[in-house]
Amino acid sequence: MFVHGFGCDQHMWRFVAPAFADRYRIVLLDLVGAGGSDLTAYDPDRYAQLEGYATDVIEVMEALDLDDVVIVGHSVSAMIGVLAALGAPDRVSALALVAPSPRYIDDGEYIGGFSEADILGLLDSLDSNYLGWSQAMAPVIVGNDDRPELGAELTASFCRTDPEIQKRFARATFLSDHRRLLPEISVPTLILQCVDDPIAPTQVGEYVHAQIAGSRLVRLRATGHCPNLSAPTETAAAIAAFVDDLRP
Amino acid sequence: MSPDDSPVSQVELDDAFLAALLDDDAADLYENAPCAYISASVDGTILKVNATFLAWTGYTRNDVLFARRFQDLLVVGDRIFYETHVSPMLHLQGLVREVAADLVLADGQRLPILMNVVLGRDEQGRPTRVRIALFDATERRSYERELLAARKRAEESEARARDLALTLQSTFLPPDMPIVAGLELGAAYRPAGDGSEVGGDFYDFFETGPNVWGVVLGDVCGKGAAAAVVTALVRYTVRAEAARAPSPGSVLGAVHQAMNRSYPDRFCTALFLEIDLDRRLLTVASGGHHLPVRRSRDGRFDRLGRPGSVLGILDSPFVFDAPVTLAPGDTIVLFTDGVTEAQRDGDLFEEDRLRTIIERTSTMSAVEVADAIVSAALDFGGGESRDDMAVVVIRLPSDSSGG
Repeated sequence: MFVHGFGCDQHMWRFVAPAFADRYRIVLLDLVGAGGSDLTAYDPDRYAQLEGYATDVIEVMEALDLDDVVIVGHSVSAMIGVLAALGAPDRVSALALVAPSPRYIDDGEYIGGFSEADILGLLDSLDSNYLGWSQAMAPVIVGNDDRPELGAELTASFCRTDPEIQKRFARATFLSDHRRLLPEISVPTLILQCVDDPIAPTQVGEYVHAQIAGSRLVRLRATGHCPNLSAPTETAAAIAAFVDDLRP
Repeated sequence: MSPDDSPVSQVELDDAFLAALLDDDAADLYENAPCAYISASVDGTILKVNATFLAWTGYTRNDVLFARRFQDLLVVGDRIFYETHVSPMLHLQGLVREVAADLVLADGQRLPILMNVVLGRDEQGRPTRVRIALFDATERRSYERELLAARKRAEESEARARDLALTLQSTFLPPDMPIVAGLELGAAYRPAGDGSEVGGDFYDFFETGPNVWGVVLGDVCGKGAAAAVVTALVRYTVRAEAARAPSPGSVLGAVHQAMNRSYPDRFCTALFLEIDLDRRLLTVASGGHHLPVRRSRDGRFDRLGRPGSVLGILDSPFVFDAPVTLAPGDTIVLFTDGVTEAQRDGDLFEEDRLRTIIERTSTMSAVEVADAIVSAALDFGGGESRDDMAVVVIRLPSDSSGG
């Protein structure tokens, strides 16, 4: 099950997920508020914390009656995956965390990489960049597309959603702290760490690795925060090596 | 028209074209373009910049070439936006347009910019480089900030107006039902639409004498602040007059006069009921309002009272005092037209449906009956209320001894 992070939608996995289709059942979803999700389902209270999103992930597993699930979570959805694994231990059998961070804001000796002022700056940035957003441009559901690049006609809708929802998701993401949950993880866990990731720096990936007993840390050659898009082959290979190992 | 008559001759155009060709050589077009150019590797490492970029930012080529990634020149909030939004869009669509960001300059100042970013690919479709064009957006950004601030102010004042409306409205409805021995009272209210405007419906209960209770329910024409001041006048007039007027009809007569004096262009409809529990006698007066409906313990329905004229219009209104003998198990329902005129496809809710709900809820408490009527009318109207709805339910318990 592939869960996208803050910013875009399930298209984040379009170059990675197909690599697993021949031997696994693939489940892709748009978090509420993103992509083709029903914006009217957005409830500010439910989604004020990542737990709301994790509950959705669990409900999707229940609705599809899935067990033995590997949750592949990118960015903030690494922690949504952690919450879902702890909430539904009978369904989740492993976690693949792509560029995870349990806390973005520095705290004493812990270096998350950001200050609270930085996060307020992000909210400003979202404001400036959603000036042109209107309900009429609400995301359309995008069908499967074989082209490597999505059409220009999607420019207006792709990665865009209601600015208020984006800001609330930004707060839920960047003001969260899930460090205490990491030691509770008992399923096999893979951590993918990029080079020069400004969102989830290397020391954060190392922290996550140290906190989850028995976890495997793989350092990708990919730079930035979205190896699933910038280095999909390397990302898919690292995840495949991990999940294929889980098979008897 | 011959070429010789045109304002600019063909010869002049040809000369201008040649001059432009000579001046605008490709290198100069690049270096001194009216926008800043950056060529970067796929991860953002800056490989090449034009002179405009250097002039705007104060950096030297040594500062940035092969040394900095473009996104590292952005303020932190914009850098997060770049990583989480721009970079994914770039990989998925090949280009991103009109992204607003602040660039950190060599002297630490910020430059608001708009950027267009294009991802280049090789013949196999693999990403090879990123090209970025930056536009100085200082003035546009300050204008946009003003717009944003104005929008926030508008949203805040809208929220304040809604709060004010709700607070004001709540003063027109008693916060709690009085507890009266031998009488069960219930009420329900639903504002029109999203409740952001004060409606004209109101109701009230109060004791007018020993074991005598007054109940008023009414509907002032219009909405908003103009209706609210009239509603306040009507409610206080009813309270004041009920203590001294000889009958319910004269209470409504006093309301009529007060409205004519203070707001001659406004009108309202109202019911005033006086319940004498000791004598088990109800007196009903209607100022142009739907008559209350009674369901008796044996299941029969009747309307109570006599129609009267709307208050605040005629020179001499007619309002009647109609005495009604109450019996144990009587359920009396007062309602505003928001209930009976709830619409579905041009079909109205009407009193027949109201009676059906009263019939179905005969074992419920007065409050539950009132809630059930409002919910049914709301459902009938597709979950949307075009007008306020107010319902008051008065019930004499079946085992009432009548004092």
